[in-house]
Amino acid sequence: MTRTGVLIETGEGKIKETNFGVLTAARGKGGDNEVYALLIDGDAEALKAELCKFGVQKVIAVSLASGDLAASPEAQAGAIAAAAKEYDLKAVMGLASTIGRDLFARMAASLDLPLISDCISVDIDEKSGVKSHFSGKTFATVKVDADLMLCTVRPNAIEAVEAPVDGEVLSFSATVADGAGVKIIERKKGDGGKIDLTEAPVILTGGRAIKSAENFTMLEECAALLGAAVGASRAAVDAGYAPHAMQVGQTGKTVGPKLYLACGVSGAVQHFAGMKTSKVIVGINTDKDAPIFAKSDYGIIGDIFEVIPALTEALK
Amino acid sequence: MKIFVCIKHVPDTAANIKLVGDNGFEDSECKFIVNPYDEYGLEEAVSLVEKEGGEVVVVTVGKGAATATLRSAMAMGAARAIHVQTQGQFLDSTLTAKALKAAMDQDGAADLIFTGKGSVDTEGAQTQYRLAAAMGLPVVNEVSRLTIDGQKATMEKEIGGGEREVLEMPLPGIIGATKGLNEPRYPKFPDIMKAKKKKIQEMAIGDLGIDENAGASQLVKLEAVPERSGAKMLEGSVQEQVAQLIKVLREDEKII
Ligand SMILES: Cc1cc2nc3c(=O)[nH]c(=O)nc-3n(C[C@H](O)[C@H](O)[C@H](O)COP(=O)(O)OP(=O)(O)OC[C@H]3O[C@@H](n4cnc5c(N)ncnc54)[C@H](O)[C@@H]3O)c2cc1C
Repeated sequence: MTRTGVLIETGEGKIKETNFGVLTAARGKGGDNEVYALLIDGDAEALKAELCKFGVQKVIAVSLASGDLAASPEAQAGAIAAAAKEYDLKAVMGLASTIGRDLFARMAASLDLPLISDCISVDIDEKSGVKSHFSGKTFATVKVDADLMLCTVRPNAIEAVEAPVDGEVLSFSATVADGAGVKIIERKKGDGGKIDLTEAPVILTGGRAIKSAENFTMLEECAALLGAAVGASRAAVDAGYAPHAMQVGQTGKTVGPKLYLACGVSGAVQHFAGMKTSKVIVGINTDKDAPIFAKSDYGIIGDIFEVIPALTEALK
Repeated sequence: MKIFVCIKHVPDTAANIKLVGDNGFEDSECKFIVNPYDEYGLEEAVSLVEKEGGEVVVVTVGKGAATATLRSAMAMGAARAIHVQTQGQFLDSTLTAKALKAAMDQDGAADLIFTGKGSVDTEGAQTQYRLAAAMGLPVVNEVSRLTIDGQKATMEKEIGGGEREVLEMPLPGIIGATKGLNEPRYPKFPDIMKAKKKKIQEMAIGDLGIDENAGASQLVKLEAVPERSGAKMLEGSVQEQVAQLIKVLREDEKII
């Protein structure tokens, strides 16, 4: 049994779905780990029920003794580290999201502890994790030697399984040393899709074949029915059909959804570098010899301008 | 303005990785490049110095063969290079940060340090944070927009769902660059020739008092990601294929 903490990320006051897979992993192989959920924002009392459904025994509402927690990534990392010490946690994990990647790296650096980033599986007993190396071409098993194991988990990589328990909320006020002065001054709404690509359970990606920015609405319509986010290949981004925030691949986002539908994408290595760990990949392409088919689970030889509307219709 | 840019010597993203033993790969058989994200940092540094004067120094911690990668970086406009030489490709990020710090300390302080947002070989994305902690400097990673105003940097990063975060930090500081920041230049032939004459200061990691094998994390296994054996092709009319797809996704894969 290992007492394990999980940094919970919220969005618009709700727990992001992708946290539940991390909580499942935190329970450990035997499922008997004591799981502490660490909240740095959101209403702990209101979120407790949902967290307990996934085995959380203690919900820790982390605040700062003095200062603005929301504006300082350094203070956030410091506060999580302080909570880990306060509750004698032996492992702390979180999502390999923009926020998680940043906070865990800050925490690992300031505590001088190793960190296994972006794991697709985690073994808390062995203090090891499996992660991608070489842009999705290889899996590396990395083992750490530390009293406190730190790791981030790729969103959707570990399936969420419920394990309801009774839990309680505790408040923890952290005192942290002054950081080096990094301040968040603003959050801007942008031009990307509404659902965060890296956390979406389903992704529909448009390739060069989409031909225009307007045609992306065809994918969005279908995506809405699947609860999916819409992505783009680099060719589509470079052609100006989609903003870079939507790009999947080597120089774009790395994603690992349950379902990835590649629509008019040829299947270049650099594209696969960003989506190879998807559970199920479906390729839709007019060219029966397109490389995408060799690397997908299911293939449809067809024109996206016929297949996608038909799929949208069938899902309705 | 003096700017350090940390670059990593990594296999080309299109290279085939031939695995050797439990945790190695055959690096003599693949082409190496400047880690693509580091190029955004390098481009930013070079264009800052072109505008404001100063010097860009590239620093790498890597095997002897990284010399070629340093030459490519100098062809993009860095004035000189420092090479901390290692035996292996995989170094614990804590040790890399220590080596980078030692190399920079002996060269003298800089006004700004760039890294990439992460390397495409080990995909760890932590070295810049460890370097910042070791040097007592602020760090912001995944920066896709940057403005420098005297002793202050204002940066933007994407935080998902198309949202952007605007951050500020005092300088000197460390900036982890990513796509969007700029378009890295292609060196021209004369730049490549000039780079051959630029100075590379070499030092062995051991001479900096760092034991290459003393890291707290260990790569125990490296294995090829299982390849899919080819798609199951759906058949029939468009409507039939779509119906089959929905059926397998619902009933066999249970994902929608
Ligand atoms: C350093 C580097 C980094 C890179 N990073 C990335 C990255 O992050 N992401 C990325 O995606 N790429 C990246 N690339 C580019 C990559 O190599 C490919 O060029 C790119 O992925 C191609 O995009 P595509 O598949 O949309 O276009 P194409 O390769 O042009 O493929 C279009 C496909 O659509 C099919 N098609 C055409 N019309 C239709 C239709 N009506 N219906 C159905 N199918 C149709 C065609 O048969 C073709 O297979 C990178 C390249 C380099 C060198």
